Amino acid sequence: MIINTDIELQAEASIEWFLACNEEDVPENGGACIDYKGEQIAIFNFTRRKEWYATQNLCPHKQQMALSRGMIGSAGESCEPKVACPFHKKTFSLLSGECASGEDYTIKTYPVKLSAGQVFIGIQ
Amino acid sequence: MLLNTEIIYYKSHIYILFDLNALKTENMTTTKPAVVIIGNGMVSYKFCEKLIAKSSNFEIIVFGEESRPAYDRVHLSEYFNGKSAEDLSMSPLTWYADNGIHLHLNDPVQEINREEKTVHTLKGINQHYDYLILATGSSAFVPDIPGVEKQGVFVYRTIEDLDLILAYAANAKEAAVIGGGLLGLEAAKALIDLGIKEPHVIEFAPRLMPRQIDQAGSKMLQMKLNELGLRIHLNKSTSRIGGEDKIDALHFADDTQIHVDMLIISAGIRPRDELAQLSGLKTGTRGGVVVNDYMQTSDESIFAIGECALHEGMIYGLVAPGYEMADVAVNTLCDSEKSFSGYDMSTKLKLIGIDVASFGDPFIAEPDCRSIVMDDSHKGVYKRINISNDGKHLLGGILVGDATSYNMLLQTVKNNIILPPNPEDLILGSRGESANDGSGAMSLPDDALICSCESVSKGAILHAVKEDHITTLDGIKKCTKAGTCCGGCVPMVKDLIAGSLKESGIYVKNVICEHFNYSRQELLDVIKINNVKIYDEALDHFGKGDGCETCKPVVASILSSLWNDVIVKQAPTQDSNDRYLANIQKGGTYSVVPRIPGGEITPDKLIILGQIAKKYALYTKITGGQRIDMFGAHVNDLPDIWEELIDAGFESGHAYGKALRTVKSCVGSTWCRFGLHDSVSFAIEIEERYRGIRAPHKIKGGVSGCVRECAEAQSKDFGIIATEKGWNLYICGNGGSKPQHAQLLASDIDKETCIKYIDRFLMFYIKTADPLTRTATWLNKMEGGLTYLKNVILNDSIEICGQLETEMQGLVDSFHCEWKEVVTNPELRKRFVHFVNAPEKKDPTVEFDTFRTQIKAKDWL
Repeated sequence: MIINTDIELQAEASIEWFLACNEEDVPENGGACIDYKGEQIAIFNFTRRKEWYATQNLCPHKQQMALSRGMIGSAGESCEPKVACPFHKKTFSLLSGECASGEDYTIKTYPVKLSAGQVFIGIQ
Repeated sequence: MLLNTEIIYYKSHIYILFDLNALKTENMTTTKPAVVIIGNGMVSYKFCEKLIAKSSNFEIIVFGEESRPAYDRVHLSEYFNGKSAEDLSMSPLTWYADNGIHLHLNDPVQEINREEKTVHTLKGINQHYDYLILATGSSAFVPDIPGVEKQGVFVYRTIEDLDLILAYAANAKEAAVIGGGLLGLEAAKALIDLGIKEPHVIEFAPRLMPRQIDQAGSKMLQMKLNELGLRIHLNKSTSRIGGEDKIDALHFADDTQIHVDMLIISAGIRPRDELAQLSGLKTGTRGGVVVNDYMQTSDESIFAIGECALHEGMIYGLVAPGYEMADVAVNTLCDSEKSFSGYDMSTKLKLIGIDVASFGDPFIAEPDCRSIVMDDSHKGVYKRINISNDGKHLLGGILVGDATSYNMLLQTVKNNIILPPNPEDLILGSRGESANDGSGAMSLPDDALICSCESVSKGAILHAVKEDHITTLDGIKKCTKAGTCCGGCVPMVKDLIAGSLKESGIYVKNVICEHFNYSRQELLDVIKINNVKIYDEALDHFGKGDGCETCKPVVASILSSLWNDVIVKQAPTQDSNDRYLANIQKGGTYSVVPRIPGGEITPDKLIILGQIAKKYALYTKITGGQRIDMFGAHVNDLPDIWEELIDAGFESGHAYGKALRTVKSCVGSTWCRFGLHDSVSFAIEIEERYRGIRAPHKIKGGVSGCVRECAEAQSKDFGIIATEKGWNLYICGNGGSKPQHAQLLASDIDKETCIKYIDRFLMFYIKTADPLTRTATWLNKMEGGLTYLKNVILNDSIEICGQLETEMQGLVDSFHCEWKEVVTNPELRKRFVHFVNAPEKKDPTVEFDTFRTQIKAKDWL
């Protein structure tokens, strides 16, 4: 366990925190899209769980920039947080990025940090 | 070797039965006996699956000549509409490895040495066998027509064939298929999918699908296929394929010819028995490896199964009997008693979207039976049932155009069920007041075979439900394998699950999702009684977890139907279209549809739509509901576009919502020389009455000014048609994937009564339907059917009409234009951006192509 923490700390140190937006810019229990140097990142304000998530905005199924407009929710007993693409309802875990609709897609996830009403996305 | 044999007499044939136990002890060494399978098709795969399920005492080695592991040949034509080779695969390569099966692909067996019990392959493997299974299948039968070797002539059998066809079709304009059987027609459909217009189908016999249907059935099928663009030629014998190196024409024996630059031959199958012949096994004169009832060939350690096996003079070209043969062979190897005694060739298939089925003895004719025939060329339905002369039993039949009753009819034949006094009801449906209560499947005997592909009986399914407590279709599929092959029995399996739960006293309901253990109707009631106004409140009180993309829109729709609040205020619980009040389209842009009630619009408003579309570079198209759709709007532009539309007097058309869409109308008595009443005015009145009302699914209406029905009102959820004395009201019609005509609710009523009935009808639907269920399906599933619904709406049988009318009036009175709310509210407007950290910037990944002088979305990547 201790070793793990070390690695996490090391990883933490190499993260560059990018100021994405203000908290109120992302609707409650919904998502919004951020432009980071030409890259599109979806950011989710999971108010119900008091959690924030960030993933790539591109849905890998049909290559559409749409995940930020998808509905979020949870799946299963473990309440795995997820987002559903509005196009064909492929769902992705907000934790692992894995596609839960049975396909072999994985989306990129990013750490999120809040500070004084501002939302930061961690870029490694 | 022949010491332990016995001779049995069966069906006036003499069979010599070998005792395999004796064989095994003879060959048994310290290692497991080797079962070598030649061929890796569906039946070979099924054999492996069944063998490993039954025994782990065999070493299994499979040789396949194709480069892929076994795939689903039954659904081969789906390769042309998007399914990949992987989708069609029966199991991935890892499945073989995981189960200890040695699979050699790309390596056909070339020789069988029966004395040494070895097979020799192309790549040079010498493999010993204790038991050899021939599952070599069949190849396409290519008739001996001069010119078959020319370029552009194909067969339709493997994925490789399909790839060749795919490549060649790109440069072909005219194409033909030889063979009007099942595969031939599938191949013709594939040609249409590949963009070939009006392909020809050439059949030697005087009718299509001669093995399955009769002359009259063929005529009906031909009529429907003509409508789909196939050109059918019957009684045609092809004498020559014309062209230099490439095919350019087909010449027929009657001295006619057609120009084609591509040809698919699908004239039947030929069992692949070359190996068997070479090794001296007994084969039929017209092909096929002769087998006994245990699937053994003339060499008792060699078996043949599937399309290469010839059993009592029959080659079985279907997958279900092949699976049965695999099962028999496995049982024989494992010393269980099971024999093959022929197979029922009843089939049901969907051919280019047209149901075709035949069951029992379809061709038996008078005087050996009596036939009841329904030949409805208006609806394109042909049904024939053959009943015994005493009227007690069903012997067989044919269904074209509508095969919904196939499963029940087949079961009636197989189980020798005594027919009702009016057997014509079996194909005409019950025509009295009493509707079918859907208990059909439950009345079958327990040994009735429900899934014939996987041989699953009704008893097995009931057992899984009652004893193993499996209550979902997926669960049943996993546990019994029923419904996993052709899928034809799935509706019956569902009925059996529901029926047996009901029998056990368990209340069956369609719950919304894992987060709400309620049906939609129940949830609507609890939300109403408890005055719940927002989604999270509903989830806290009546649900669990954090919700999902299924329950959020359902609850949002219920809240709208109950309280009619502004939906954008709870945007993130809405489906994407409701969140942005527009329809998301390919590429991530949206389309804009203002309401044009009844399809009536002034020239000035038309000009404004044109100007707006031009200004924002939108693609324009007239919709099926008589309005104008503007595509390609960036999310950032939506509020500005709508501001201009609203200024010009337009309002939201709710094309994005599960709500009233349009009320279509014909021009009616103001202009039409036939019109009886003013259909446009009535359509506008009704559209404006129900605009914006949220429902379990979209709702469409239509008003026609006379019986000519130019507004196509009978295909709508509610349709009104003018009569001499007033209006006829039809309900629960549906276009879409399963079209259904609306049914008459009331005739010759005045406008006010008409509106009153629609109020009650729509509100009852809104309150009781399952999510995403159109009115047609809602009615189809309703216990008591139209009779019950009529009683509720016309006779107030459950004393609810007053309430329904009040609730509907509440929704009508609280109408608001959702876009007007957004346009005039800066906070709401702010939500319409692509990047929250760069609100002015549009999505740079959006790109358009130019197409017929307008734009179109880039194709999916």
